[in-house]
This record gives sequence, C-alpha cells and structure tokens, in this order.
Amino acid sequence: MVEPILEVEGLKTHFKLREGMLKAVDGISFSLAPDEVLCIVGESGSGKSVTAQSILRLIDPPGHIVEGRIRYRDKDLLDLSDREMEKIRGDRIGMIFQDPMTSLNPVFTIGEQIAEGLREHLDLGKKEAQGRAIELLRSVGIPNPEERYRDYPHHFSGGMRQRVLIAAAIACEPDILIADEPTTALDVTIQAQILKLLAEVQRRLNSALILITHDLGVVASMADRVLVMYAGEMVEYGDVKTIFEQPKHPYTIGLMNSVIRLDDQHDNELRSIPGTPLVPINPPPGCSFRTRCDAAHAPCETEKPQAISVASGHLVSCHLMRSDGRQAGSS
Amino acid sequence: MLRFITGRLVLTIPVLFGVSVIVFLLAHLAPGDVTTILAGPFATEAVKEKLRISFGLDQALPIQYAKWLGHILQGDFGTSIANRRDVADLVFPKFVNTAILALSSAVLAYIIGFFAGIFAAARPYSISDRVVMGVTLILGNAPPYWLGLLIVLLFSLSWRLLPATGMTNIMGGGGAWDVFLHLIQPMLTTAAAPACIVARIVRASMLEVLSQNYVRVARAKGIRRSVILRRHALRNALPPIVTICGLQLGYLLGGVLFVEVIFAWPGIGNQLWQAIQARDIPTIQGATLVIALAFVVVNLVVDAINAYLDPKIRASEKAGAT
Repeated sequence: MVEPILEVEGLKTHFKLREGMLKAVDGISFSLAPDEVLCIVGESGSGKSVTAQSILRLIDPPGHIVEGRIRYRDKDLLDLSDREMEKIRGDRIGMIFQDPMTSLNPVFTIGEQIAEGLREHLDLGKKEAQGRAIELLRSVGIPNPEERYRDYPHHFSGGMRQRVLIAAAIACEPDILIADEPTTALDVTIQAQILKLLAEVQRRLNSALILITHDLGVVASMADRVLVMYAGEMVEYGDVKTIFEQPKHPYTIGLMNSVIRLDDQHDNELRSIPGTPLVPINPPPGCSFRTRCDAAHAPCETEKPQAISVASGHLVSCHLMRSDGRQAGSS
Repeated sequence: MLRFITGRLVLTIPVLFGVSVIVFLLAHLAPGDVTTILAGPFATEAVKEKLRISFGLDQALPIQYAKWLGHILQGDFGTSIANRRDVADLVFPKFVNTAILALSSAVLAYIIGFFAGIFAAARPYSISDRVVMGVTLILGNAPPYWLGLLIVLLFSLSWRLLPATGMTNIMGGGGAWDVFLHLIQPMLTTAAAPACIVARIVRASMLEVLSQNYVRVARAKGIRRSVILRRHALRNALPPIVTICGLQLGYLLGGVLFVEVIFAWPGIGNQLWQAIQARDIPTIQGATLVIALAFVVVNLVVDAINAYLDPKIRASEKAGAT
C-alpha cells in the first residue's frame, strides 16, 4: 500500500456559541493516497466544509480545532506556526470554494489574483508570474488569456470565475486539492464543465483531490473513496463501489434511496429520509441519527456508535454492525 | 472619470438651488425684527418702515429672493446690516480661518482614526480592541465645549504651555509658528469626535471586508496576514471610510462653532454666531451659503474618490470612451 499523503485522525472542530458548544466536526478520520479522489458527502450542516477548512486551518473564532491530528507528509499541520502554515496553504494544498461570485476580490484584476500566489510561494518576479498566470488561465480554458489577464472579476460569469479560481488554486502545483462544493452555485450546464476540468487538472497534476459535494451522481463518477458525514460525525467510509452497492449505515442507505437512478429497472419509489438533520449543539448522548432511523434500538439512545470495520477499508459507525453484522434498514 | 465628475457637477445645480431657497427662507422666517435691533426699542413705526424700504424688506419674498439670488450669482453677497461692510469681505477671510482649523483637525482625525481602527480590526474582540473602542465611544461623544475647556485647563492653565484663545498673538504675532501654537488646542478639541467616528468606521468596515469570501480565498492561497490586511482588506474597506471622512470634513467646515467661540478662533462659525445674535440677515445668508457650498464641494470630491476606487465605474468610463 502506498504511503498516504494526508492522514486525518480524530479531528474535532467545535464552535463556542452562545447557545452552547456546536460540535461541527466531531471525530473525523480518513487518509488520502497521493493520487486519490476522496468525496465527502452529507447534508448541509453535516460538517463537510468545516472539515475541509480545518485541514487548511482556516477556522476562525469562535471555532477551534480542539482535538486530532492532520498529518501531511511527515508534518502535523496542527503543530506548525502560523507562518509555516501560510507556506503550505496555496503551495502544497490548494483550495477551491463554493461561491465563485464572491470569491474573487472585486478591486484587483484576475491576473493579479493568480500571480499573487505565484509571487508569494515561488518567489517569481512580476513578469515571470504574469507569464505563468497567463499560461494557467489558458490551461483552465479561459479564451484570450493575455487580454483577460487585465480584466476585473465583474467581467466574468460564474463558470469563468470558478475556472479562474481553479487556476489560482493549482498555480503552485499542489499535492492536494480541496474543492468545497465547487459547482453548487453554478448553472447545471456549467457544473459538468467545471467537474470535467477538475478531474482533468487532478490527473494532470497527479495530485490528491478532496471533493465535497452532496451530488451523489458526481460522487459516482469521480470518487475513489467516499466519506459520508452526518451531524459532524463519520457514518460510513469506504471505496466508491462498496458505498454505492453495499451501503451499510441506515443513513447511507437512505441517501442512496433518495436518488433517481437511470439504471433502475425496478421502478422503485423515490424515498426521502424523514425528519430534519440534528444540529449538533450540545448534542445528546447516543447516535445522532437515531431520531430518523427505522432500526434504532436501545443502545442507540445512550451510546455513541464507534466506527467498526465491516470489510477491508470499509468503516461503519452503527450499533447494528456490532455483533451480527446484519444489514440495517433493509426494509 | 471625467464624464462621471461632469455628471455629478450637473447634479449639484438643483442641490445648490434648493440650498439657496432654504438659506434665504430660514433667515426670513426666524423670529425677531431687524429694524427693532437697528433702531432700538423705542423707534417709531415710520422710522422702522423707512429702514425696511432701504433694505428692500418691504417687497414680496419671491422678489426679494430673485434679487438676492441675482446678486449672489454676480458675486455680490450684499451689505452687512450690523456693521455696514460687504458680506463677502466679512465671510471669506473668516472662512479661510475656519478651513485652516477644519482641515488640520480633519487630517489629525483621519490619521488617528485610521491607525486606531486598523489596530482594533486586526485583533477583533480582544482586550486591546475593547479598550480602543471604549475610548472612542467616550471621547467621540464628549461635547466639544466640555472637552475644549478641559484641554484649556490642562495645556494653558495648569501647564502654561499654549495660548488659550485667538489665532495669533496680539503682541507681534502672526507667523506660521504662532498660528500653529494657537491652533493646537482647538485642533485637538475639534479632531476628537471625528477621529473616534473614523476609527469606528474603519474597524467596522475592515471587519466586514475581512469576513468576505475573497479574503478567505486569499488566506487559502497562503497570502501573509499583513498583506491580506493591507492589500485585500483595506482597499475594499475604503469607500465607506472615504464617505465618512468627507462627511466629517463637511461638518467640521460648518460646525466648529462651539470650538471657535470657546477659543475665540476668528472663523465663520464665530461670525455666524454674531450675525444671528444681531439678526444680520445678509451675513447669516452669506455665511450659511458658503458653508453649504463647501459641504457640496467636499461631497463632490468624496464621490470622485470613490468612483476612482471602484473598478466598475472606472472600467465603464473606459468602455464609454472608446
């Protein structure tokens, strides 16, 4: 097995709010191989974005990373000084955010915003950085990059801005690319183009990619492995084939049932998961999903389920997996 | 840019027209009869009537307004009723004195406000932030007539460092250094409130910008914190700050009245104060108009600066020119 490039262990990021402690991320672990695509899926508020931002240590007060380790190569990112962390961000780990309309600084040209990272990390001169930035713009499919270099963000559409932001994120050829719902704010027609570009860029750089999404279609087409999150916790983690074909956790099964599948011959009814997700502010003991789970039983009320390995590389956090390994919620 | 400024200039014409109407009416609607003040309480109605005719006060208001405006447009502000001098000669030199005080106070206020605001915004909700904001809250709301007296008490009476009143030394004064020494105390008094307001706006505007997505993106790119503050945040935080700075300057130009009276600074506020007491309508009108004009000009400059800062306006100009 290849040495993982990133290992996250027991990551906990909490936000101290007036209403209580929001456990946005509460004990997430996963590892990432150097060329792997990991998709993190879950509902809004399940802690996907906070997980991603925790990796880059972009969490601001009242949020804090309270526990865990984030090992990149041979360093624990949580041990680094702020200055050392700035050198990793954008250089070794690049990130793409959700809303391209507000992610570019309106008073600087897009060229400057790409060149800025190059100058910061690679010590390039103004001219060199400009040349590189133009090449990057070309590589992400911006037509006439020499002219567009000098344009301001308001001259660009959402899709084009996301291309620019991808160019900025890959400027220093990072080892890891994190994309936090990069297509959510875009038109459906543009979404496919951006995902295609992301996949292409990932292959070209031979980098690892953490893709956050709630689009299971995207997961199916891009992921090597999948991490399913619910209320800040990991509910299931495994390779994409296993997660889609043999989901074990009642929540994952619910997710799979809630998607229209074109290859479905049985004309099954589309099912939603009843109830609303738990907001993990001062969460009660027991399993966070139990209020929406058909198979909830006594231990779910009192005990937090631990991740159990049901097969090689397939982890499930559910009490149903404990002794008999019986598949839950098969009804 | 040029087209933008021309557009704004055209827009000031109705504003100035409105201002002139209000200035004219205000003085006429104010209670009190100028003839009583000039001729004394025991004057007969015939004497008063004669006075009214000589000043044209017997005519209908619209006619008085039209005549007055006609004269103003020719640069004739009329003659002061109280001391029979040209209002223009009375008002403009005073306005220069006020401008000296207001501009120097504004510059001082901007510098203090900027540094205090950025200092606080760089460490939000910390102890130092709270201390700075607490001080601005108290100092920003201290009435100038109280603060001014406090400063005089300290610098002039206790420490005997600075002259307490006037603009120049009566005995052989008048040089730049002399004016500067006289300026320090009124300047400190005047600058206190705007400095605090600017500090609070700078902090609020910076914090607002620092929470924007593009700042997070810049951080994710690994840009250093100091560079983010300077380059990404400050540049975007500027428009509301420039607007507030302009407003403060506008208020200072017209509103340093208390300070001018306390420190006997020979400015337009002081002049206006005397004119109001004397029911000297032409002087009130002239002084108010000059203040209003200064306000309009300052706002025009603020708009021009903000237009320059906004690439959208700049770019649309470029596109329009080609």
